[in-house]
Amino acid sequence: MVTTGSAGFVGGRARSASGSVLSGIPGLDIDPFAIEFFENPYPAQEALREAGPVVHLDKWKVYAVARYAEVYAVLNDPLTFCSSRGVGLSDFAKEKPWRPPSLILEADPPAHTRTRAVLNRVLSPAVMKQIRDGFAAAAEAKVDELLAKGSFDAVADLAEAYPLSVFPDAVGLKPEGREHLLPYAGVVFNAFGPPNELRQTAIERSQPHQAYVQEQCQRDNLAPGGFGACIHARVDAGDITAAEAPMLVRSLLSAGIDTTVNGIGAAIYCLARFPEEFARLRNDPSLARNAFEEAVRFESPVQTFFRTTTKDVNIGGCGVGEGEKILMFLGAANRDPRRWVDPERYDITRKTSGHVGFGAGIHMCVGQLVARLEGEVMLAALARKVAAIEIAAPVKRRYNNTLRGLDSLRIALTPA
Amino acid sequence: MPTITFIRADGRNERVEAEIGESAMRAAVVHGVDGIVAECGGSALCATCHVYVDDKWISRLAAVGDDEDALLDGTASERQTNSRLSCQITITLELDGLVLRLPERQV
Repeated sequence: MVTTGSAGFVGGRARSASGSVLSGIPGLDIDPFAIEFFENPYPAQEALREAGPVVHLDKWKVYAVARYAEVYAVLNDPLTFCSSRGVGLSDFAKEKPWRPPSLILEADPPAHTRTRAVLNRVLSPAVMKQIRDGFAAAAEAKVDELLAKGSFDAVADLAEAYPLSVFPDAVGLKPEGREHLLPYAGVVFNAFGPPNELRQTAIERSQPHQAYVQEQCQRDNLAPGGFGACIHARVDAGDITAAEAPMLVRSLLSAGIDTTVNGIGAAIYCLARFPEEFARLRNDPSLARNAFEEAVRFESPVQTFFRTTTKDVNIGGCGVGEGEKILMFLGAANRDPRRWVDPERYDITRKTSGHVGFGAGIHMCVGQLVARLEGEVMLAALARKVAAIEIAAPVKRRYNNTLRGLDSLRIALTPA
Repeated sequence: MPTITFIRADGRNERVEAEIGESAMRAAVVHGVDGIVAECGGSALCATCHVYVDDKWISRLAAVGDDEDALLDGTASERQTNSRLSCQITITLELDGLVLRLPERQV
């Protein structure tokens, strides 16, 4: 396990995927997809940041950036750092993708521009106004139900149960088969990682989940008025083809649930660990939205994404060749002391604008408004109805190549 | 450097210096102007950097794009004819002295 600031640093020379020795780019033997890393990523993330603006991870033969400035720069230069060769370690130019590539996540401009515009409109601020009251009422009801229980698992009974009670209905999914949603997302996010056991096992077991998702993305299976039907309606407007619409619905099912589960889970875990911040929230429930946003910065539920260089580039003074994968450590960037004052502190009044927990630039999370809505109304309901949140048992971490979150978080609530 | 004046809903002013080429939103965030939330950090997604452009200045700005137009339909405070998203206003020398009024709410 990596425990010190310099652990894993093995010298100033690294080898590129093609085998050439590189100058000036430190090689590290840190594996950010190992269980020990998931258990406590912070010392290793610090080592990655401090080793240099760009590092080489020898185990997976990949370059990586962990400082805020470089992560932000890579996210905002999609022509140099492309997504169409996959946003995981697997290079679609060399390896067949495990599923048909996403038309939005794994696409570059100009193709990306058209499909992205459709999802932007389906999940726009104006649409959020329409769904807001329903999402807020469901959060209130969920908190009442949990207060009646007193003690429960905040992962299964809250962080999973709440998004599952609102998002699939908002998409317009049938009630049957929804138990496939979280396992499917688990596969998607494990598959961005390297060919380790987590990825291989997830893909081997993915068939039933893939079959469910493919079926639910068809027009006939989506209720009128939902996000899914709104995407299909854009076929009639001529913005996308009938073959593209189900693939865009698939993006909602891939990235719309497990992410908010881990975002809400992160916020509950923060408020349980930092009671003084929960007290501030209770004192002013209008801070709920920022308290959620700060939890996304603090825990970074989506830890990493990759890009691929489209030409020889210079990152922080170091040359990287064309066709190289670059791993972006979003979580490390969100705690980079070069960018954030007191980054290890969960502060619900922090000015969080600019954090990269939802990414940045043209691929920035298209569902971020839904995530914020869910997080805000849930935390506001807790702030009004709950006096204290106590952790009742040791927490258990869930292991995923991309997502950071807990497997169980037993808490006890005291009513206000 | 061009200066921008942000007038808050309660009438108080904040004058900030902006870099040429950056957005008015960015200038506000860098200088800690309360009332510009900018949840999406300038990716044109969230409509939480809404401003009302002073009448004198509105005609000097580039036209509202389709994406911005759609986003303005979702602002928390009422959309008016002079509503813009400050992340879509790029600062030029000609905009030195720009006056932007802040809405009561961004979310």
